[in-house]
Amino acid sequence: MRLISNMSNKTILASLCLMLSITACSNNTAAPEDQSSATVSPSTAVNETNKDEKVELTFYYPIAVGGPLTATVEGMAQEFTKQNPNITIKPVYTGSYADTAVKTQAGVQSKNPPDVAVLQSTELFSLLDMDAIIPLDDYIAEEGGDSYLSDFYPAFLSNSQTGGKTYSIPFQRSTIVLYYNKDLFQAAGLDPEKAPQTWDEMRDYAKKLTKDGTWGLEIPVSGYAYWMLQTFALQNGNNLMSEDGKKVMFNTPENIEGLQYWSDLAKKDKVVPEGVTEWGTVPSDFLEGKTAMMYHTTGNLSNVKKNAKFNFGVSFLPKNKSYGSPTGGGNMYIFKDIDKKKQDAAWKFVQFMTETERAAQWSMDTGYVAVKKSAYETERMKKYTTDFPAALVARDQLEYAAAELSTHNNGKVIKALSDPIQAVLTGSMTPEEALNKAQEEADKALAPFNK
Amino acid sequence: MDNRRFRFHWKTNTFAWLLLLPSLLFLFLFTFYPIAKTVKLSLFQADLATLVPVFIGLDNYTNLIGDEVFWKVMSNNLWFAIGTVPTSIILAILMAIYCNKAMRGTSMVRISFFYPTMIPMIAVANVWLFIYTPQYGLLSRLMKSIGQGDINWLGSPQYVMWAMVIMVVWKEAGYFMIFFLAGLQNIPHDLYESAQVDGVGRWTVFRKITFPLLMPTTLFVSIVALTNSFKLVDHIMIMTKGGPNNASNLLLYYIYESAFSFWDQGMASTLTVVMIGVLLLFATLNFFGLDKKIHYR
Amino acid sequence: MLLKKLKISRWLLYGCAALWLVPLLWMTVTAFRPREIALSPSFSLDFTLDNFANVWSAAPFAQYYINTIIIVVCVFAVQMLTATMAAFAFARLEFMAKNVVFMLFLVQIMIPADVLIFPNYNVLKELFLLDTKLGIMLPYFASAFGIFLLRQMFKTIPPELDEAAEIEGYSKWTILWKIYFPLSRPTYVAFGLVSVSYHWNNFLWPLIVTNSVENRPLTVGLAIFAQSFEIGAQWTEVSAATLLVIAPLLIGFLLFQRQFMNSFIHSGIK
Repeated sequence: MRLISNMSNKTILASLCLMLSITACSNNTAAPEDQSSATVSPSTAVNETNKDEKVELTFYYPIAVGGPLTATVEGMAQEFTKQNPNITIKPVYTGSYADTAVKTQAGVQSKNPPDVAVLQSTELFSLLDMDAIIPLDDYIAEEGGDSYLSDFYPAFLSNSQTGGKTYSIPFQRSTIVLYYNKDLFQAAGLDPEKAPQTWDEMRDYAKKLTKDGTWGLEIPVSGYAYWMLQTFALQNGNNLMSEDGKKVMFNTPENIEGLQYWSDLAKKDKVVPEGVTEWGTVPSDFLEGKTAMMYHTTGNLSNVKKNAKFNFGVSFLPKNKSYGSPTGGGNMYIFKDIDKKKQDAAWKFVQFMTETERAAQWSMDTGYVAVKKSAYETERMKKYTTDFPAALVARDQLEYAAAELSTHNNGKVIKALSDPIQAVLTGSMTPEEALNKAQEEADKALAPFNK
Repeated sequence: MDNRRFRFHWKTNTFAWLLLLPSLLFLFLFTFYPIAKTVKLSLFQADLATLVPVFIGLDNYTNLIGDEVFWKVMSNNLWFAIGTVPTSIILAILMAIYCNKAMRGTSMVRISFFYPTMIPMIAVANVWLFIYTPQYGLLSRLMKSIGQGDINWLGSPQYVMWAMVIMVVWKEAGYFMIFFLAGLQNIPHDLYESAQVDGVGRWTVFRKITFPLLMPTTLFVSIVALTNSFKLVDHIMIMTKGGPNNASNLLLYYIYESAFSFWDQGMASTLTVVMIGVLLLFATLNFFGLDKKIHYR
Repeated sequence: MLLKKLKISRWLLYGCAALWLVPLLWMTVTAFRPREIALSPSFSLDFTLDNFANVWSAAPFAQYYINTIIIVVCVFAVQMLTATMAAFAFARLEFMAKNVVFMLFLVQIMIPADVLIFPNYNVLKELFLLDTKLGIMLPYFASAFGIFLLRQMFKTIPPELDEAAEIEGYSKWTILWKIYFPLSRPTYVAFGLVSVSYHWNNFLWPLIVTNSVENRPLTVGLAIFAQSFEIGAQWTEVSAATLLVIAPLLIGFLLFQRQFMNSFIHSGIK
C-alpha cells in the first residue's frame, strides 16, 4: 500500500511539472510583443550615443478608411521606416474609435500603454485624468512654436488644447456636412444646385423630397447623438461645454429649441425616420436612394463619391442663427511612462503622418479635411479640388466649426446626454425634460472636478 | 494496526489533495480571490476623479439605488430572462420529443436546431443585425412584400427587447434540446409500451410520464438558461450598445460600460457584487426548490 | 385520423427546422452577392467571391484563427488534466473536508468567470498577464462543469476493477490514467464539445484582455472588423467575414455530428 502511494506521489509531481511546462510554453508563444519591448529598453539605456539603435513604436489606430485598412496604414509605416531606418512602427488596428479608446486606456491602466495612438480628439480630458499623455509644447517649440501650429486649422486644435498647453496633433479630422441627391432634387422639382440653407428651408425641402420608400433626410443617432445635437446647438447659438472641460450647458433654451426642431422633423413633419437610426445604415440608405439627404461626416466623402450611382451635392449644414458644425475625428497622442527615446521617435512619426503632402493625400483618399492649411496649396490638392469642389465644403465650414463635446469624465457625460436624446427621438421624453435630465446627470459626473 | 490505518488515511488524504490542487489553485485565483477583491473595492470611490481609491463605505450602494439606469438594467434583465428561459425550454422539449422519434430526416432536423449553438454570439449578432435592419433587412423585406410598414426593430424601445429575445431563443433552444434528448434516453421504454397498451392519449403520456421524468433535466437546464440570461451580452456590443436609451441594456453590459467606458471602478465593483448576489439567489432557490440529487449525484 | 395528425405535426417540425436555417442561408446568400446589388430589393443570381478576398486581405483572419485554435486546444488540454484528477478524487477517494471542497466548486458553476470580468481583469493586471494568450486561458483552467461530469462518469465504473488492478500492482495514479481515462471517452467527447464551443465563442473576456493582433481571437477580430466601418455598414463583407469565422466549426460539426450527438446524449449529462 505504501509503495503504491509513494509511486503515485512521484507521478503526481511529474505531472505537475508537465502542467507547468505546458503553461510556460504557452506563455512563450503568447507574449512576443512584451519580450521585444523588454529587450528594447535596456539596449537604449546602454547605447545612448549610438545613432543606429533600434526603436520600435506600437501605434494604435482605429477605423477603416480608404481601402483595406491594414494595407494603407502599414504602407505609411513602412514608408516612415524607409526614411528613419532606426525606427520601426508596429501598427495595431484596434477597431472603432470607442474600441480603440478602451484598448488604449486599458493599456494605460495596466502600465503598458501604446507609444503613439490615433484617438478621438475628445479623449483629451480622460487621458489627462489618467495622467497618460505628455504635452507636446517642447517639441512644437523646436519646430517653430506658434508658426508651426498656425498652419493647423484652429477649429481642429481647439480639442487639443487646454490650460495653455497642446496635447495632441490633429490627424484625420472632419466636420458634419449635408449630402444630397441631386437627381431626387430634380425629380421633386427643386434646384439641384441649391441645397437648403436654413432650418425652415430644410424642413420645406425634406417635405417635398419625402416619398413612399424615400425619406427626405436622415440623421444618424446611434453612438453619435451628442455630436448631432451639437450641430443644432451651434447653429442656434453656443457650444455645449466650457473650454476647461469642467462645465456643460445642455439645457439652455437654444439647445432645447434645437432638439425640438430635430425631433419635430421626425415626429411632426415625418420627413426623418423615427427612433434611433444606425450610424452605419445612413450612408447605405443614401447610396440606395432611400433618403434624399443625410447628415454625415465628411470622412465619408470618398465612399459616397465612389459608390453613388447618381449626381450628388455636398453643402454646409443649414443654419438657424448661424452656420455651425462640431469638428470630429482623431488626433495623434504620445504617451507618458515610456522611454524618452520612444517619445522622440513618436514625435517624428506624428510629424511624418501630418506632413503637408501626406495630409493632402490622406484627405483625397478619405474625404477627411486635411488638417494643415498648406495642404490646400499643394499641386495635387489644387488639381483635385478644381475637379471636385465638394471636397472643399467641409474645410470651408471650419470657419463656423467648434470643438466636439469633450469634458472630464467624458464617457459618463456623453452617455448622460446621448441617452435622453434617444429618449426624445423615440418619444418617451420632451426635449426640455431630456436636456434637464442630461444637465443634472452631467453635473453629477463633473462635480468631483469642480471642487 | 492502528498506526497503519492512520498512515493509510494520511496517504489517501495527501493523494486526494494533490489531485485537487491544480483545480483548487485556479478556482481560488479566478473565483474566490476576485470576489473578495470586488467586495472590497465596492466600498471605495475609484474613478477618474480619484487616482488613489478613497474609502466611502456604502456610498456606492446608496448611489446605485438612486441610479435610474441601474433599475432599468435590472428590469430589462428580468424581462430578458422571462422572455428567453421558459420559451427556449418549452421549444427545446418539443424539439427533443420530435427529434427522438425515428423518422425520415430526423438527423437533418436535429442539425438545423442545434447548429446555432456552434456559432459565436458575435457572429449571430452580425447575422441578425442584417435581419433586423430597416429598409433592406430580411424582416423588413418580408414585411414590405406582404404590404406592411417598415419597423426599426432595434431602434425602437418597444421592440428591441423582443428582437433580442427571439434571437437568443433561436440560438439556445437547440443547445437545451440536446440535454432533453439525453434525458429522454433515461426514460424506460416499457413505460411507453404499457401506456400504449392501455390506450392512453399522447398528451396524457407526456403529462404523466415524459414531463415528470424529464423534471431533473428541466431544472438543470433552467439554471443554465437563467445564468445565461445574465451573462450573455456579446450581441449588445454589436447591435445596440444598450440603446435606445438603455432599452436593451443588461447588467453585465452595464458593468462593462462602468468599468471600461466610464472607468468608474468602484461602481463596476458594486455592480459586480449585485450580480454575484443575484446569481447566488438563483442558486439558493435552486437548492431549496429541488431535489438535491439532481445535480451532483 | 391519427395518421393525418401525425403528418401535420411532422410537417410543422420540418417547417420549424427550415425556419431555423433561414439566418444561415440569409448570411450565406449575402456573403456571395456583389456589394453593389446586395441592398437592392430584386433578387438575382449574381455571384462573387470578392467579398471573401476583401475580408481576407483587410484583416489578419489567419492569425486570428491560429490564436483561437491555440487557446481552445490549450484550455481543453489543461482542463482535461485538472478535471480528471479532481474528478477522480471526488469519485473514488475519501478525504477530509470533501463536501466543503465540493461546495467550493459548486460556487464556480453558480458564478461563472464570465460575470467576473472586471475583478478578473484586475487579477490579470496583478499577474502582468494582460494581452497574453495565457491570460485569456488562465481563468478557465479549472472547470467545475468538467469535474462534475467526469465524477459522474467515474462513479459508474465498477470499483471491482480498481481492486483487481491494485492486486496486479497498479498504483491509483496509473489506474486513473490506464482505466478510468479510456473508459470515459464519450464523456470527454461531450466535455470537449462543450468546452471547445464555449471558448471558440467566448468574446467579452478576450475583448477586454487583448490589445494586440498576436493574441486576438477570432470573435474579437470579427467584432472589431464588423464595427470598423465609419463610412457605413458593409453588409456583404461583414457576412463574408462571419461565414469565414463560423465555417470551420460548423463543417467539423456536420462531419462528426452523429458521434458528437450520440456521445453527448449518452455521456451521463442528466
